[in-house]
Amino acid sequence: MPLPTAAQTNAASPIATRPAAAERPAVVTPLKRNAGIEIKGLVKRFETATLYDGFDLTLPGEKITAVFGPNGCGKSTLINMIAGILPYDGGSILIDGKPIKSTRVAYVFQNYREAMFPWLRAVDNIRYPLKYQKLDPAEGERRLGKLLADFDVRFDINRYPYQLSGGQQQLVSIMRALIVQPEVLFLDEPFSALDYELTLMMRDQLQRVIVEREITTLLVSHDLDEAIYLSDHLLMLTRQPTRIADFVAIDLPRPRRVATLSDDGFVALKAHCLSVFEREVRRGGGGQL
Amino acid sequence: MKGAVLRPLLPLLGALSLLALWQICTGLRLIDPFLLPGPVTMLQSLVDSLRAGPLLHDFLATIGRTLLSLLIALLIAVPLGILLGSSEKLYRAVEFIVDFFRSTPATAVFPLFLVFFGVGDSTKIAVAAFGASLVILFNTAYGVMNARKTRLLAARVMGASRLRVLVDVTLWESLPQTFIGIRSGVSLALVIVIVAEMFIGSRDGLGHSILDSQMLFEMPKMYAAIFLSGALGYGLNAVFLMIERRFIHWGGK
Ligand SMILES: Nc1ncnc2c1ncn2[C@@H]1O[C@H](COP(=O)(O)OP(=O)(O)OP(=O)(O)O)[C@@H](O)[C@H]1O
Ligand SMILES: [Mg+2]
Repeated sequence: MPLPTAAQTNAASPIATRPAAAERPAVVTPLKRNAGIEIKGLVKRFETATLYDGFDLTLPGEKITAVFGPNGCGKSTLINMIAGILPYDGGSILIDGKPIKSTRVAYVFQNYREAMFPWLRAVDNIRYPLKYQKLDPAEGERRLGKLLADFDVRFDINRYPYQLSGGQQQLVSIMRALIVQPEVLFLDEPFSALDYELTLMMRDQLQRVIVEREITTLLVSHDLDEAIYLSDHLLMLTRQPTRIADFVAIDLPRPRRVATLSDDGFVALKAHCLSVFEREVRRGGGGQL
Repeated sequence: MKGAVLRPLLPLLGALSLLALWQICTGLRLIDPFLLPGPVTMLQSLVDSLRAGPLLHDFLATIGRTLLSLLIALLIAVPLGILLGSSEKLYRAVEFIVDFFRSTPATAVFPLFLVFFGVGDSTKIAVAAFGASLVILFNTAYGVMNARKTRLLAARVMGASRLRVLVDVTLWESLPQTFIGIRSGVSLALVIVIVAEMFIGSRDGLGHSILDSQMLFEMPKMYAAIFLSGALGYGLNAVFLMIERRFIHWGGK
């Protein structure tokens, strides 16, 4: 429950920012917002169980928060509710004091094969969300060019998604998410279908691009190393009914490198997280798998 | 290596063997050559009646009726299928009706349609369109209902309205299944058209030609018309398969 006070810094006055953002014109120079996330009294039930019951959480803006917890504890459910693609039964979720609808969000799905549009070429998949942005086409092309350069894309983006490798497809879907310059970015286990080498490379590219753009990011990961490596804060969840087991500030210097994984600071943080995880799993009675 | 070279020739080999067997049967008079003339006689008759006789006209009439009924079926069934597929409740409500009529042999409703459309082309086309549209409807609705949820969510989270999701994602997602429906639909329409041409006052069409030749005991002509019907069915399927492969390039991937 107890959150570090650093997490409660987004006290921007909602009265001052609301009208400006609602009439946001073509998003050429977006108003600088902090995009912190405030969840109060969240309730989510499924037919069989109550997953969240009076859940409170404050997430800092412009930072990367990793979500870690056992299978089926409700990680995907949580970020889907924040992203506005899953309804909830009670409570409120506000971003910068406003509902999610007035926030530019982007989502990277775990299953890239089912998230791409296979009838469009990779490049048109990346451009697709721009049609909801009322953007000057030239600006869209400029962003596309910048993304291709930032991720050092070498493959032919005029191919169809099914003609690309898994890593290339997930890269395309990450670029599709970033091209709208989201205020909040959601990633649900984005690398879990990729091999180890590719995962290491993609982590690095993603870290660089997100940190540079200061996007509020929520990353679900099953890999504790990855969660710590990428994040500024690690949200650890318990088994159902889901509570916060711990909210750990990850204050390792950036940019982080493969060597970071064996740093003393990293190892100490990981040991702490593992002990929290062990304790919670044992309390939950183990054998839920 | 050797197998790879032979492979494309295998279907041809099968067809040639059948023709050879046929020739041997008539050559040895195992079957009365009047009832089953040899393949050469049949092909001769096919060429002759296509050139001079009315067979070409019959052939074109059958194609015309089949394609027209397919067109009508498409115009009715695709929008309706999308509508049904995008509302689970609506689909459940009419599922039984669709299934029931889909299971009813279309030929059983000829008399009914005769009452409404009279003896003429309209009845033939209406029944064929009816049969084909049920198959297309069912498949389109099924395709829409089975659109990948992740893709719909992806579009929604990018800011697409419900209508946009329908146009940009659901429609495309359902296309492979719709095409399966179209191919079954066109085969069914051809069957219905040919049966109708046999028994519902017709002056042309392959069905009419087959029945007419049979009654006049012009056996080579009858075989020629049967062969042409088979070729038509095969050809229509092949054409639609080709369109499908080019257009639905992502299908099954
Ligand atoms: N549509 C649904 N209907 C009923 N129960 C659901 C539904 N979606 C999720 N659940 C349940 O809610 C719980 C949390 O699901 P969720 O997918 O959020 O877990 P997760 O933490 O993301 O798991 P994983 O690590 O396996 O991805 C699970 O027990 C699941 O069975
Ligand atoms: Mg999940």
